Formats: sequence, C-alpha cells, structure tokens
Amino acid sequence: MLTEALVLSAFLFAVGTFGFLVRRNAIIMFLCIELQLNAVNLSFVAFSRYLGIEGQLYVFFVMTVAAAEAAVGLAIIISIFRHFETVNVNNFNLLKW
Amino acid sequence: MLSLLDSIGYGEWILHALLWLPLVGMVLVLMGPEARAKQLAFVWSLVVLGLSLGLWWAFDPGIGTFQFESSIPWIASWGVSYAVALDGISLFMVMLTAFTTAVAILGSFNYIKKHERAFYALMLLMETGVIGVFISIDLFLFYVFWEITLIPMYFIIGVWGGERRIYSAVKFFLFTAFGSLLMLVALLYLFFAAQAISGEPSFAYQALLNVPLSLQEQLWLFGAFCLAFSIKVPVFPFHTWLPDAHVEAPTPGSVVLAAVLLKMGAYGFLRFLLPFFPAAAQHPTVVTLMMVLGIIGIIYTAWVAAVQPDAKKLVAYTSVAHMGFVVLGIFALTVNGLQGGLMVMISHGISTGALFLLLGMMYERRHTRLIADFGGIGRVTPWFATAFMITALTSIGLPGTSGFVGEFLALLGTFQARPVMAIIACSGVIFAAYYMLPMVQKVFFNALEKPENKTMPDLSRRELVILGPMVALMIWIGVQPGPFLRRMEPTVHAVIEQVTGNGLQAQGGHEEEALVTFSSTSPLENEGGEEESSPTHPGDEE
Amino acid sequence: MTLPLVYSALQEGHEILAAHEVAGEAFEPFLPGLVILLPLLGFILNGALALAASRRSADALRGGAELDFFEGGKRPWTHSLPTWIGPGVIGLAFLIVLVNFTRMLGADLHEPVIRHYWTWMSTGAFQVDAALQLDQLSMVMMLVVTGVSFIIHVFSVGYMGEDQGYPRYFSYLNLFVFFMLTLVMGASFLLMFVGWEGVGFCSYILIGYWFTDKAKADSGKKAFIVNRIGDLGFLVAMLLLFAGFGAFAGFGTLNFVGVFAAAPDALVYGGGVVTAITLLLLLGATGKSAQIPLYVWLPDAMAGPTPVSALIHAATMVTAGVYMVARTSVLFALAPVGGLTVALIGATTALFAATIGLAQNDIKKVLAYSTISQLGFMFIGVGVGAYAAGIFHLMTHAVFKGLLFLGAGAVIHSMHHALHHTHNDADPQDMRNMGGLRKFLPITWITMWLATLAIAGIWPFAGFFSKDEIIWMAGARAGGVSGGWYTLIWIMALAAAMITAVYMTRLMIMTFHGKNRTGQEEARHLHESPWVMTVPLMVLAFFSIFGGWINVPHAISDSFLGGFGLLPMTEWLHEWLHPIAGVATEIQAANAGAFVDRAPFGGGELLWAVLSTGAALIVVLVSARVVGGFKILPAGESPEPVGFKKVLFMKYYVDEFYDRIIVQPLIRASRFSWKVIDAGIVDGVANGLGNLARALGWFGSLFQTGSVNTYALFLAIGVLVILGVVAF
Repeated sequence: MLTEALVLSAFLFAVGTFGFLVRRNAIIMFLCIELQLNAVNLSFVAFSRYLGIEGQLYVFFVMTVAAAEAAVGLAIIISIFRHFETVNVNNFNLLKW
Repeated sequence: MLSLLDSIGYGEWILHALLWLPLVGMVLVLMGPEARAKQLAFVWSLVVLGLSLGLWWAFDPGIGTFQFESSIPWIASWGVSYAVALDGISLFMVMLTAFTTAVAILGSFNYIKKHERAFYALMLLMETGVIGVFISIDLFLFYVFWEITLIPMYFIIGVWGGERRIYSAVKFFLFTAFGSLLMLVALLYLFFAAQAISGEPSFAYQALLNVPLSLQEQLWLFGAFCLAFSIKVPVFPFHTWLPDAHVEAPTPGSVVLAAVLLKMGAYGFLRFLLPFFPAAAQHPTVVTLMMVLGIIGIIYTAWVAAVQPDAKKLVAYTSVAHMGFVVLGIFALTVNGLQGGLMVMISHGISTGALFLLLGMMYERRHTRLIADFGGIGRVTPWFATAFMITALTSIGLPGTSGFVGEFLALLGTFQARPVMAIIACSGVIFAAYYMLPMVQKVFFNALEKPENKTMPDLSRRELVILGPMVALMIWIGVQPGPFLRRMEPTVHAVIEQVTGNGLQAQGGHEEEALVTFSSTSPLENEGGEEESSPTHPGDEE
Repeated sequence: MTLPLVYSALQEGHEILAAHEVAGEAFEPFLPGLVILLPLLGFILNGALALAASRRSADALRGGAELDFFEGGKRPWTHSLPTWIGPGVIGLAFLIVLVNFTRMLGADLHEPVIRHYWTWMSTGAFQVDAALQLDQLSMVMMLVVTGVSFIIHVFSVGYMGEDQGYPRYFSYLNLFVFFMLTLVMGASFLLMFVGWEGVGFCSYILIGYWFTDKAKADSGKKAFIVNRIGDLGFLVAMLLLFAGFGAFAGFGTLNFVGVFAAAPDALVYGGGVVTAITLLLLLGATGKSAQIPLYVWLPDAMAGPTPVSALIHAATMVTAGVYMVARTSVLFALAPVGGLTVALIGATTALFAATIGLAQNDIKKVLAYSTISQLGFMFIGVGVGAYAAGIFHLMTHAVFKGLLFLGAGAVIHSMHHALHHTHNDADPQDMRNMGGLRKFLPITWITMWLATLAIAGIWPFAGFFSKDEIIWMAGARAGGVSGGWYTLIWIMALAAAMITAVYMTRLMIMTFHGKNRTGQEEARHLHESPWVMTVPLMVLAFFSIFGGWINVPHAISDSFLGGFGLLPMTEWLHEWLHPIAGVATEIQAANAGAFVDRAPFGGGELLWAVLSTGAALIVVLVSARVVGGFKILPAGESPEPVGFKKVLFMKYYVDEFYDRIIVQPLIRASRFSWKVIDAGIVDGVANGLGNLARALGWFGSLFQTGSVNTYALFLAIGVLVILGVVAF
C-alpha cells in the first residue's frame, strides 16, 4: 500500500520537476510547482498512516503556504503580463545584467 | 612648559583629543559651506597640530614604557577595550601625522577643484584613522583603525586621482586588504591562544605580548603579520601598488601616503611583529630573508627609479628604497639600527612629503610631470629650485640633513648584526645620487628652451609657508637629532629587550650585543637634560 | 699686508718653540668655532642676496626680457654687498686662524685640543659630538684653507665681477669654505665625513655654476657621483672602525683621539681588518683627490669658473684625501699593504696624468692633469710614511697651483674679453689661440713663470723642497721591506717630475711666448687684469718662491743649496707635525724598518737634490726651445692629432672605457629592472592574480543566464548529486 502511494508521489513530483524545467509559460510552471507540493503532500499522508498524525499536520502547513504562494505568485504573474503582455519566462532575465 | 601643560591636565585628554578632534572636524567640514571647506579643514588640522606639539614636552623621555595610557572597556565579552597610549616609537609618528596632514591640506588648496567638502572631510578622517593606528594598544582597536585608513585613501585616489585612478585605487585597496585579512586570521589565532592560557578573553597589547608559542606557530603567525606590514611598507616584491597609487593620487594624497601610511607598516614591525614573535623575528633565515628584501629594495628600486620618465613615479620608487633602510635597521635588532630606522621614517616622511608637494606645484603650473617637459627652470623659479635642491639632498642623505642621520645609524646598526648586508646596502649612497641628480639636472638645469616653461611662476606665499617649516625641519633634525633620538631611545631598548630576552631560542650573536649596548645608556640622560634647557626651545623656563 | 706678518710669525714661533722646549704653556684656542661659523654666515647672507636677486631676474625673464643687473654701469646692492661679505668673512676667519696659530706656536701642545659644542648623534653606545679638533695638522690645514681661500675670494671679485649670479657665486664659495673647514677641523671621522660630502656637494654646484649649459651641469653631476663612489669606501671604513669585524671588536667610537690611541693595541700589525680599513679609506681618498681609478671627474670639473678650479680643484678640496691619510697615519702605518697601495696609486697617477697633460691644448685641462699628477706626488709622500713631506707638498702645491690657475684665469678673462669684443667665437681657453701674451699680461706672465719653476722643482722655489723631499723619502724606503716596490715608485716619481717640467714649459711657451695667434683686432683688446686680480697673483708668487723654506732638510740646509744653514726654519714642518705623525713613524720604524739615508742606486740627499734640480732646469730649457720651435696653428686650423699623441689627447680613452663597462651596463640594467622585472614579472604576477580572479568570475557568470529554468535545472542537478552522494 505504502509502496504504491510513494511511487505515485515520486511520479507526480518528477512530472512537476520536469514540467518546471522545460515549460516556458509562467502559469504552467507555477502549476508544476503546485504539483510538486502536492506530490510531497501525498507522501506525508501516506507516511502518517504508519508513523503518526504529524504527517497530516504538515500537509496543512504546506497547503496554507501553497495558497499564500499562489496568491502572491499569481499577482506577480499578472503584473508581469500587464507589463510585458506575455508570460514567457525567457523574457524575464533582468537578473542577468 | 611642562608645568603649564600639567596645569591643564594635558596628559589626561591629549590622546583622545588628537584621535577624535579630526573626526569632529570632518563633521564640521561636511556641514559647513563648500566654499569655506578648505579653510575650515586647514584651521582644524592646525589646531590638532598645535595640540600635538605639547607632546614634545609632556612626553617623558626617560621612560621606555607606555605613557598617557588610558583604557575603557568597549566590547567586554570579547575582551575588547578602547585603550590608547604613547611611547617613544609612536610619539613621532603621531606628531608627523599631525604635521603632514596640516601641510597636505594647505598644499591641496589649488590642486583640489571638485567636491572640496568631501575631500577635506576624507583627509580629516584619514588623520583620525592614522593616529588611531599609532596610539591603539588594543589589537582589535588597532585593526579597526588599520582598516579605516583604507577607505579615505581609496576615495582620494579614486575620485580626485589622475587618468588611471580607478585601477590604482583598486590595486591599492586589494593589496592592502589582502595582507590585512591574513593578519586578522593570525590575530584571532593569537587571541585564542592567549585566552587558552589566561582563561579570559583580551585583545590588550600586554595580554597578547607574552603568549607562549612554539617556533612553528610563531613562524606562521609571523608570516601573516609580516605580509600585511610588508605590503604597507612596502617591501619588495609587494611594492608595485605604490608607484601606481602615487602617480595617480592627487598631491595631498601622495603626501599623506608617503609620509604617514607607509610608516604604518614599519610601525607594525616594531610594535607588534618583533615583540609578539621574538623567536621567529630572530630566526636567522627570517632575518636574512628580510634583510635581503630590504637590500633589494634599496638597490633595485633605486635603479628602477633612475630610468623613470615621470618625476612622480621616480620619487615613488625612491620611497621603496628609503623604506629598505628602515627594514634593514629594524631587523638588525640593535639599538642603532632601530633608532636609525625610526629616524629614516621621520626624515622620509618630511623629505618625500616635501618632494611630492614640490612635484604637485610643478604639476599645477605645467600640467605635466614628465621630466623631459622641463629643463632650465631654475632660472625662472629660483626659490622653487632652492627648496627642491635642499629636499633632494635630504632625500639622498647628505650629511647635515635629516636623511643622513637615519641612514647612517641604520647602516651602523645593520653592520653590528650583519656586516656583509650593511656593506652591500651602503652602495645605496651611490645609487641615490644616480637617481636624484639626473632628475634635478633635467628639470632645473640645462638650457631653458620650452616657451611654456619660461613663464612658470615662482613660489607663492602659501607655498613658502608650506615648504619653509619642512626645509627647516630637515636641517634641524640633521644638525641636532639629539632631542629626537633621546626621546625614542628608552622605548627602543625596551623593544630590543622584549625581543631578545623572550625569544624561545634566541639566535645568533647579536643578542649579547644588544644587551651590552643597553647597559651603557646612563651618561646620555644628563646630556639630554642640558639640551632641554638650550635656547632651541624657548618656552622651557616655565 | 698679511704676508710679512705670516712669515715673521712663523719665524718668531720657531724661536718661541725652541725657547719653550722644556716647559711650554697650555694652548688656549681663540674662538675656534667662529672660524667655521663665519663662512657659514657669509653663505647665509650671500645666499639671501642671491635669492633676492634671482627673484628679480626671474620676474624679468617671465616678462620676456633678460635682466642685466649692471645696466647703465650701476651695481644693485645685491651685487655690491657680496664683494665685502664674501672675502670679508673668509678674511676674518683667516685672521682668527692666525691668532690661533701664533698661540699654538707659543704653546707646548702634545695632545689635540678638543672643543665640544653639542652631542650630534647618540644612540646606545654610539656617540658623536659636534666637536672641533685643534692640533698641528688641522692648524696647518686651516691656514692653507682660509689663507688660499681668502686670496681666491679677492681674485673672484675681479674675475666674477660682471657675472649676473655674483651673489650666488659667493654664497656657494663661502659654503664650500665652511664644509672644507668642517672637514679639516672635525674631531671625528663622522664630522670629517660631513665636510667630505659637503665639499663634494659644493664642488657639484660650483662646477655646474653656469647650470643652463648642459655640458657644465653634466660635469658637476659626474663629479658628485664619482665622489660618492669614493664616499662609499669612507662610509664602510667608518662602520668597520666603529663596530669591527671578526676578531676585532671595533673601537666603539669614531673620535680621532679615541681611535688613534687605541689602534696600536687593538689592531694587529698588517692584519686583514686594518688593511681593509685603510684600503676603504683609500677608496674614499681616490674619489676626493682624483686618483686612479676615480680621477675622471677632475678634468671635467674645469667647466666651473676658474677661481673655483683654483680653490676647490687645486688648492683645497682635492687635497682632502692627502689630509685624510695623514690624519689616519696610525692606521696606515699599521697596514703596510695599505700604505704601499697609497704610494703605488700615487706614483701611477702622477706618471699617468703627467703624460696626458703633455697633449692637452686647453690651458685648464693641462693644469687639471697637472693637479692630478701633483696629488699623486702627495699620495706617494703620505703613502711611504713621510706624512710631513706629503702635507708640505700639499701646502706648496696649494700656493703655486692656485697661482697657476688664477693666472690661467687672468689669461682666460682677458682672452674672453678680447674675443667678446670682436664677436669671435674661438675658444678662449685653447692655448693654440693664444701665443705671445707676455706683452699684454706682463704681471700674469712673470708670476706664472715663477709658479712654473716652482712646480717643475727648481731650486730655490717652493716646489723644489717639497717634491724633492717626497721623492727622496720614497727612495729612502727602498732598503727596507718590499724595497723593490719603493724603488719602482721612486723611478716613476722621478720620471713624472721630469714630465711635469715638460708640460708646464709647453703651457707657458704656447700661452705667453712666440707669435700672437689671437688675431690683429683681438690683440688690441687684450689687457692686463685689474689690481684685485693681479695682487692675489703677486701674493701667491711670493709664497711660491719662499714657501718652501719652512721645511728644508738638514742635508740641504747645511749645504750651499740652503745657504749653509742660514735658513731659520730647517725641518720646521717636520717637527711641527711630529705630535701627529710621530706614532705612525714609530710603528713603521719598528715593523718595516726606518728610512735609510741613501737613494736606491747610491748617493746622498744633497747629490740627488742637485741632480734633480739640474735635470729639471735642463728639461725646462730644452723643452722651451723645442716647443718654441714648433709651428703652432690656431685651434681652427690645427690638424687632428695622430698616433700616440691622439691616445694622449683622448686621455687614454679612459672615459670611454668607463662609459662602456660601467655607465652603459648600469643604465641597461636599470631599464631591464624597470621594464622586465618590475613592470613585467613583479607587477605581472600581481596583475595576473587579478586577472585570474576576474577570469574565474567570468566563468561563474556564465551560469547566471537570468532564466529561471536554468537556475531550476542546476538546482535539480544539485539535489540529485547530493542525494546520490548521500544514498550511495
């Protein structure tokens, strides 16, 4: 039971990572991050079945943080879109001088 | 004079005043109007100089330990305190700093044309930093001031400098900071070693003085400290920042750099390097190495100086040559050597400072420093030529000027320890003539051909005020160095005793010599007492 | 005038000395410090005037005009006061010296009198006082220095009278006298060194007095640098004396009295240390006294004004080396090799320079080589241990060579005026342009002939007694240790003495005799100098005749050459200097054998004296005939010298040789040090480290694309790597 859950979690995480690395659309990348977070959540839930309730506790934390992040992140993306009229991250390399 | 000073509690507050007044002056200059910045800064530096002159009388020449000592805890948990004091080594360095700063500020009136407020504020900040270096007897405090001096000089070169000012400023900063960091590491090691023994943390000079270290440890720590100080002195092969910094720096920057900043390195040798690591400092290989580097400095840089087309670069290289004598004298570890080294430091501070001022005056008139652009200007600027000639003679150590006293004593002291080294170093007298005379000739003698040289103005009144005291000092110290030597002698003895008496394995024969010379000082005290009442110091009766 | 005074004082003193043989009074110096201070005062006053005057001329120059201080025949105060200050202070100093001299004559002085003023340097065990030493040797030197200086200062009033830098000239000259007196009066090696370097510096500024002329400025610079090479020897010798080396622990003092008192016990006779000390001192002496190998600066030094050549480069400064050897006679007596080297160098220089003097056409150049040669004689004297003879020749040479130079100055002055009037740019110093000047300059002509006879060593002129004494003493050591060398020195000295007679006669004939070669128009403007210049010539001529009578050897004094004992001052100088040189003479006699009373190939002193004066006379007469027979053309029309004459004319190519093996390599080494080592290697390493850091930074910056994906990729790779390391 645990093995299946962990495999699924790892698969989801890998999908999220891969998606983050290869996609250029900021919204999609953002969704990929959410996917990674939820993959971790899945592992937490799975482990909590055997190791105690703390795992589920962390899931709530993660969900809270993810919600906050979603709010801020989407706001940033929207403001970027308003400015550049695109959400392709290749255009946002201003950190490189 | 002494009783007058005592009545105002001079000894109580003088060091604090000298240290912090320039900083107050900096704030005042920054707040004052731009147009009056230079006058304000000059008057302020004169006040500091005037206050420092009292040290000449207040300092007790019979004592070899610290005077005017005061200490306030600063960061108690690390054992850091604000501790300042003065002894025969730092006395003249402090006075030289006060003098040089005042002269340099007066000398920059025409040279500095932009951001005047900032410039003069930085000069005063520099004065605080340098005086702090010379009077701190807490290693932490010392390190803070040591690093503080970097900042104003970096900006002085970088903002008011010549064409390659950025390169030079960065080079200056990196060289010095590199050495300082190694010193910091060594300092912390020493700190923890001392803490392990005594059980309580302290950065106080005395606490770090007699830390028992193995020869191995001493050599490593010696190396780190030595590198920091050698870069500052500078000792070959760490000298290449100096010519660049001098050439690009504005005149007052060069003056302070040559007269005072270089002395910080030599001062570090005397104050920290030798007493902290006596066994390493007396290790024959170390002594040989340092002396050889000093000799290379004397001869090699003299050669390099001789073929410079740029007069300022020439003088910059001669600084390295002069400091070579200082290094020789210090590592000879004899009374004569150390005192000679100190005299060279004083003399070099005055004469090279004056040379840079003179070159600055030349530059203000002609906007060039190339020797080939001049020729025959002794005819149109006779007073200028006279001042330059006297300064150049001091620089090459003609007897009767301050340069000779220092060089001779340094050579004598070196000879007592390492005769062969001294004999090689003696050839410096020839090479000094070899670099200086052709320059003097090409600038002041020969035919006056270039039309733009024919209208060069002679010294102005302000310039006379600058150069007059400097020339007078060069000759006074050359004719009567006694009062100077007398004030530093007990301290020098104490340093030598500290080093030779505490070496884990004191090496070589010079140890006995130093002790022998130490025991034979008593007759000089009386002589000194008479001099004090000689007409040289008219204020003495009080 | 002062001269009868001097002579009677000498005579009187001799009698007093004889009377007080048993119980003399103590010598009480009279204001000795003032002797030194007066020239310094003159320097300061004249210097102030010079600064004021130069400021005015500089102002005019900036305005585009040359200022003529003498416009309209008036002298401004800056140019009239030095006339009184310059010679005045020296004259006063001379009078004080005379007072001291008479007092010393009347006293019974065995130990030097030391006057302390203040402690100059004192560190640890090292102490040097600003102190003056008054003894027989320094007294003789003070007399020569102040006396000759005074005469030459007076001469300068005429010679330099129309020079724009008149006050500057006198300030330099006064400063020179100050340092020269420091040199001879200083009570320690270090104080002597002060004067030693000081006169070198004054020589530098006086040779380059007309500093806008590059050749003259070059000559001054050369003199200073070459002198400093010698000073290096002096410096190291002082270090050795104070601190010792090896088994010798050093004297621990640099005072003459202390060193010489301890030397015989502290130093091993003929030991390595004392030999090294003497050879190092000798190096210093060769620099200052223009001996091989450091003589090359002196001929060039003729670029200075002629009175300067007379004072510094003939009478006083260049004799400092001789004075030094005499002063340190104890050390040289302890080091036979050192003494012999001094004599050998002297003999070689005497002969070498004399041959060069044969082929020079510049009147001052001839005199310069003559000076080098005569200094060589003095070196022979002090080298063989005849210190009194060396000092004796120093004194007589100061007089007659000073006279020759001043005479040459009068000639040049006159020639210059004549050529100037006619706008002729011929060289006023070239003897080929002169000829027949005796009609125009009769006083100069006669006085110079007197000096020539003196330098040629013809009885009864001054040079005869001094030079003969030196040659005799050199021969008198041929019987002792290393006698072969002394025989050689003796022969070389004799040869040099004969050549001296040749080149001096040549000079006189070319200048004053024969047909006039200046040209018709110019000849009309030739005239004798004013009295301020001729009177000094006559004074010096007087001493060139009689000056030698103060030290006539017994063997000659009792013979017909000495008027059968009529001269009152037989061997006076010898006895006078005995307290100084006595110790050295004893050491030498005890270890190397005393002087024998016999020349190397037989014959007594009188015989050789007669032979040498006869030979010199014949040489003078013969060469006068021979040179008079030559057809001499003015400089512009003369052919280039060829063969050996060219080698002589080119001074054996020594300057070129030095340039090739020392000067040029040094400059090349300097350039190499700068361009390759300093800028290339040392700074290259520093910049290289800087560039390395920059390159690393550039490499690191490649990863900073600014694209989030790239960063995420590296993040992922990093996580995988860490996981991999942890897991496996």
